[in-house]
Amino acid sequence: MTEKELIKKSIEYRKNILKYIFHANAGHTGGSLSCIDILNVLYNHVMNVSPENFKSTDRDRYIQSKGHSVEALFVVLADKGFFPESDLKTLCKYGSHYIGHPTRKVNGVEQNTGALGHGLPISAGTAIGAKLDNKKFRVFTLLGDGELPEGSNWEAALIASHYKLDNLCAIIDYNKLQITGPTAEVCNTDPIDAKFESFGWTVRHVDGHDLNKLKETFDSLPFTVGKPNLVIAHTVKGKGISYMENVIKWHHGVPSEKQYEDAISELDNAMITIPDDF
Amino acid sequence: MGAVTEIEQGKVKANLDVFSNTLQDLAQHDRDIIVVTSDSRGSGKLAPFGQKFSAQHIEVGIAEQNLIGVAAGLASCGKKVFAVSPACFLTARALEQIKNDVAYSDNPVKVIGISAGVSYGALGSTHHSLHDFAALRAINNIIVVAPADNFETEKAIQLAAKTDHPVYIRFGKKAMPPLKEVNDDVFEFGKGRVITEGNDVAIIATGETVYPALQAAKKLQEQNIAATVVSMHTIKPLDASLLAELANKCKAVVTVEEHSVYGGLGEACASYLMQRNIFKSFRIIGIPDEYTVTGSQQDIFNHYGISEEGIAKEVMQLLNR
Repeated sequence: MTEKELIKKSIEYRKNILKYIFHANAGHTGGSLSCIDILNVLYNHVMNVSPENFKSTDRDRYIQSKGHSVEALFVVLADKGFFPESDLKTLCKYGSHYIGHPTRKVNGVEQNTGALGHGLPISAGTAIGAKLDNKKFRVFTLLGDGELPEGSNWEAALIASHYKLDNLCAIIDYNKLQITGPTAEVCNTDPIDAKFESFGWTVRHVDGHDLNKLKETFDSLPFTVGKPNLVIAHTVKGKGISYMENVIKWHHGVPSEKQYEDAISELDNAMITIPDDF
Repeated sequence: MGAVTEIEQGKVKANLDVFSNTLQDLAQHDRDIIVVTSDSRGSGKLAPFGQKFSAQHIEVGIAEQNLIGVAAGLASCGKKVFAVSPACFLTARALEQIKNDVAYSDNPVKVIGISAGVSYGALGSTHHSLHDFAALRAINNIIVVAPADNFETEKAIQLAAKTDHPVYIRFGKKAMPPLKEVNDDVFEFGKGRVITEGNDVAIIATGETVYPALQAAKKLQEQNIAATVVSMHTIKPLDASLLAELANKCKAVVTVEEHSVYGGLGEACASYLMQRNIFKSFRIIGIPDEYTVTGSQQDIFNHYGISEEGIAKEVMQLLNR
C-alpha cells in the first residue's frame, strides 16, 4: 500500500468511527481516534492476518487490551473484509454481536476483552505458545496508558522478559488522558519507558499519528533479540477532529448532528489536502 | 479392607498425587499437554512433572492473574493447558481472568484448584476456598468438578484433557480411600455416581465429603435406615435427573460439601427441587457463614458435622428417628 493510500485509510477509518458511534449513539470516541493510525499500520502494513488466513495457526495475532476503543478495531476489520461494513449499523443495538467491546462473535477478533489489564497476560501466553511450537507468528497488543495501574500488566511484563518473548510487541496508546482527567494526575505512570526497560523490555517511542514512523518502528521488530518489545505511541485523544482533540469529555462523548457534520467535513477537507507528493 | 490399612500399604493416594501421575501419563503421549504453575509445583506435587517434561511446564511465579491469562493465551494456540494453583488464590484473585479470559472467551483452560476447601486446615481462612463453587456456578461456560476419590480424580483429569471448553477441578491433599471396591462406573461430567442405594434418605455429597457420607450411611444401616449416597462430583452442570429421581424416591435429602452453605451444591439442589415442586425434608451440611474454627481439615469437618457422626445425626433428626 502506498503512503497516500495509507493516509486515506486513516481518514476513512476516522469517518467510519464517527459514523457508527453517531448512529449507535454510544462509543469511545476519543480513544478510538487516538489509536486508529496504529491499527491502520498494523493491519495494512505489519501483520500477516486476513479473513483468508484467520484460521491458520501461523497468523499474526492482535489482542486489544484497551477493549473500549472497539470502534477503531471494528472499522478496520470491516475494511479488511472480515465482515460487511454495513453490519456496524447494528453497533450496540439489541441482539447485535457488535457490542461495546471486542468479542469473538465478531469475525477477526482474537479474544474477548474489555476489563482492563487482561491483554498483556493473554498475549504473553500466546507468544509462549508460538515459541513452544517454533512458530514465527508475532503477537501485538494495544494497551491504554490509563490501564497501566492494573497490576496484572506488571505480572505479565515480568514473565514476558523471563521467557525472552521477542515475538511479543505491546503498544501503548499514550494519549495521556483517561475518563477522570490527565493520567499523570489520576495515577502517574511516567516514566513508562524506564519502568519497562527495568523489567527487561526494549522500548521505542514513536509519534502514534505518523504513519511512516510507525511503519519504520514496526519494521525493525524485534528491537532486541531475546527481549519483549514496547512501542510507546505518543498520541492525541480525539485526534483529527479539532474540537475533540485533548478534550476529556470526548472519552465516550457522542457528537450531536451538527458536531457530526462538522467532524465529517473536517475529515473530508483533510482528504482533499493530502499532498500529491505522497 | 479398612481404609487405614490401605493407606499404610500405600494403595490409597491423595487425589493430588493421582492428579500428578495422571498428568505425567497424559504428557508422555501428547506434547500439547502443558502445565502452568505459580510457584505451586511443590504444593501441586508437580516437581516430577517439571523434571520429566520441562518443555511442557511453564512457571509464572506467584502471580495468579497472570497464571490464568498466560494459560488462556496458550490454550488459544491449541495447547491443552492445566493451570494449577491453590484453589483459594486461583478462584478469588484470578476470578476475573477465569470469567473473561477463560470462560467468556471460551479458551479451554483446565483450571486446577489444589488444596481446596479447608485442606490447609490450621493455615487459616486466607488459605481456605469455601466460595469457589458459588463464584464459578454463577459464571457461564465452565464445568465445576470436585472428584471424591482416586478413581474420579484420574477420570476427571483424563476427561478434562479431551474437553474443548473450560473446566474447573478442585481437590484436596488427604489420602482418599476408594468409594467402591470395583470401579467400573462410566465417568462423565454432569453425571452423579451412585455409591450405595437405599430409599429412606438421599445423601448427596461432593469431593472429600463423600467418604464420611458413605461412613454415615453404614452407621445409619445399623439403625435400619437405608441411604442412597451419591458422589455429585460435578457441581455444574448438576445431574438434575438423578437428583429428581432420588428426591422422589426418598423421604429426605441431605447434601454435604466442603464449601460455604451459601451458593454451593446444597443450594443448587434445593433450587432445582423447589422449582420442580419436589418438596422433601432437606438439609445442607457445609461450612456456615463464618471464618472457621481453627484446626486441621479433620478438626474443622468434625466441628461442623461433616463427619460420620455429624451426617448420621442430621439424617436421624430429619427423619424424626
